[in-house]
Amino acid sequence: MSEKILTKRLEIPGYRGTLDEYEATGGYQAIAKALKEHTPASLIELVKRSGLRGRGGAGFPTGVKWGFVPKGSELPTYLVCNADESEPGTFKDRELIMRDPHQLIEGILLAGFAIGCRTAYIYIRGEFIAGACILEQAVSDAAARGLVGKDILGSRFSLDLHVHRGAGAYICGEETALLESLEGKRGLPRLKPPFPATSGLYRKPTVVNNVETLCNIPHIVMRGAEWFASIGTPKSTGARIFGVSGHVRRPGIYECPIDVPMRELIFEHAGGIREGRRLKAVIPGGSSVPVLTERHLDTRMDFESLATAGSMAGSGGVIVMDDTTCMVRVGEVVSRFYHHESCGQCTQCREGTAWLHKTLRRIEEGRGRQADLDLLLDICDNMKGKTICPLSDAAAMPIESYLKYFRDEFEQHVVERVCPFGPMHRS
Amino acid sequence: MTEETIQVILSRYPDRRSALLPLMHLCQEEAGYLTEDAMRELAARLDLPPIQVAEVATFYDMFRLKPGGQREIWVCHNLSCALLGAEQVIRRLEEVLGVSAGETTPDGLLTIKRVECLAACGRAPAIQVGPDYYGPVSVNDVGELVEQLKRQPAISDQPPSSLLKADR
Ligand SMILES: Cc1cc2nc3c(=O)[nH]c(=O)nc-3n(C[C@H](O)[C@H](O)[C@H](O)COP(=O)(O)O)c2cc1C
Ligand code: SF4
Ligand code: FES
Repeated sequence: MSEKILTKRLEIPGYRGTLDEYEATGGYQAIAKALKEHTPASLIELVKRSGLRGRGGAGFPTGVKWGFVPKGSELPTYLVCNADESEPGTFKDRELIMRDPHQLIEGILLAGFAIGCRTAYIYIRGEFIAGACILEQAVSDAAARGLVGKDILGSRFSLDLHVHRGAGAYICGEETALLESLEGKRGLPRLKPPFPATSGLYRKPTVVNNVETLCNIPHIVMRGAEWFASIGTPKSTGARIFGVSGHVRRPGIYECPIDVPMRELIFEHAGGIREGRRLKAVIPGGSSVPVLTERHLDTRMDFESLATAGSMAGSGGVIVMDDTTCMVRVGEVVSRFYHHESCGQCTQCREGTAWLHKTLRRIEEGRGRQADLDLLLDICDNMKGKTICPLSDAAAMPIESYLKYFRDEFEQHVVERVCPFGPMHRS
Repeated sequence: MTEETIQVILSRYPDRRSALLPLMHLCQEEAGYLTEDAMRELAARLDLPPIQVAEVATFYDMFRLKPGGQREIWVCHNLSCALLGAEQVIRRLEEVLGVSAGETTPDGLLTIKRVECLAACGRAPAIQVGPDYYGPVSVNDVGELVEQLKRQPAISDQPPSSLLKADR
């Protein structure tokens, strides 16, 4: 079993993530070390050398993103931690928040120091009620000990940190929608450029990073960029927390080297497929990414390997489906979600998600037509690469992949005028 | 909502408009939903045209514009939960409570709400009530869960920090 990094403390019996427990296990040493040994520029350099890539979905190199913030600018710079975790199948940030909030706070301090930020926000999805309370408490405990606020640990670095709750909208995970929401508006994604690094929160330079991304920083500072880069592949470094759900014996979160083979993750860590069933399909990075099948089991989970296999690493949410699963029904559920969550700004997305859902529902209910299969592909084609944000692509690409690998199943629905798996599982 | 709370929230942001969502949450916790009066007061307080408050209130799924049950039972119907029987759980819940998803029991205690992924997929099918998570919930668990919820005193959405519990 490989060494745990971000989840190591979570495995200590009785560990509840209080400030005392965090400090007693080496916590807040990284910020002390960085304040002594690093300049903002050298910290950015360190994170660049570590190869760390964002864990929120896009996999953008974290140090490079920090480097885009204009230096020596008179403008305030903001750091926003993306704790919106709403990508279906993804459930690792919630664990990191609930069970070790100070690890995240220390990551935020370090990132804030690197980018020259004075005020940071944690944008947490509104449904994380307990999570928001735990973070509020942790921030105030840290502030009481001089770890958050003015002149941190007696240095000249100051950072105020606030927890800001969303209110139920998947789109607010998209970074520019998130910033709009944080400004008190509807979560409508902004046209890019300008990118947040130059024009973000209140149109000021802003870095948005995912919870898990930030939790890596203290470990990189303590153990070095080379150590971090020695895990994984040259282009995908470090460990990653995978959430495995669906038809496996042991659903849960598993921290593994980022290039763990899919087979090992599903069959060793998550215990394999439930009794007497066979693996049929795997969605390897949250519901927004294309599906893979049994023949991809030896693919590794790093960014490049999954891309080569025709999918994406996304958010690390791995949804496993066995041979009782109807892929048309999966399409219906997934398309219902994107239809519900489209913000409606772009016609292709607003109309496309509605059409996808309507068409998939019709096929699932045995009312589909032969022409519907090509209609689906046509709708998908119209939705891709034409919109303000990538939600539209995220809604289209999975459906294309279900048709690519399971077209027979779609045809069977149309020909037999009924779902071959039975109507049992329908809504 | 005390003046002090409002001031603390306002002090967190360089632009007062950012306080809109936090203040809306507070209003909703107090009254059970966003009343028209509350929205009018928020608009005045933050110097916003009332329409900007209304558009935000309708954009986000968590804000209620009408009174509902004392508690909402959030049942996830997204993929990981659907694969493991979320629809059966929802149907059972509807039978036990005698109302459909989206509706409130006649005694005003419980509302069933279909929701998207709760980030609890490892415990699918998952249900969330206030700060608490339940799962995996089987069809057979539903009766007991409902009994338990009816017995528990009404809690506000926002637990005090003494409720800090690792199993949440
Ligand atoms: C529709 C959509 C939803 C997203 N949801 C999330 C989310 O819930 N959490 C997250 O961290 N990133 C999410 N992202 C990615 C963010 O836009 C952004 O890339 C990320 O927060 C950057 O952080 P990172 O570089 O540390 O990964 C989403 C993107 C899109 C297009
Ligand atoms: S692609 Fe969809 S979600 Fe994104 S901005 Fe356009 S309409 Fe909104
Ligand atoms: S799919 Fe139900 S909690 Fe994630």
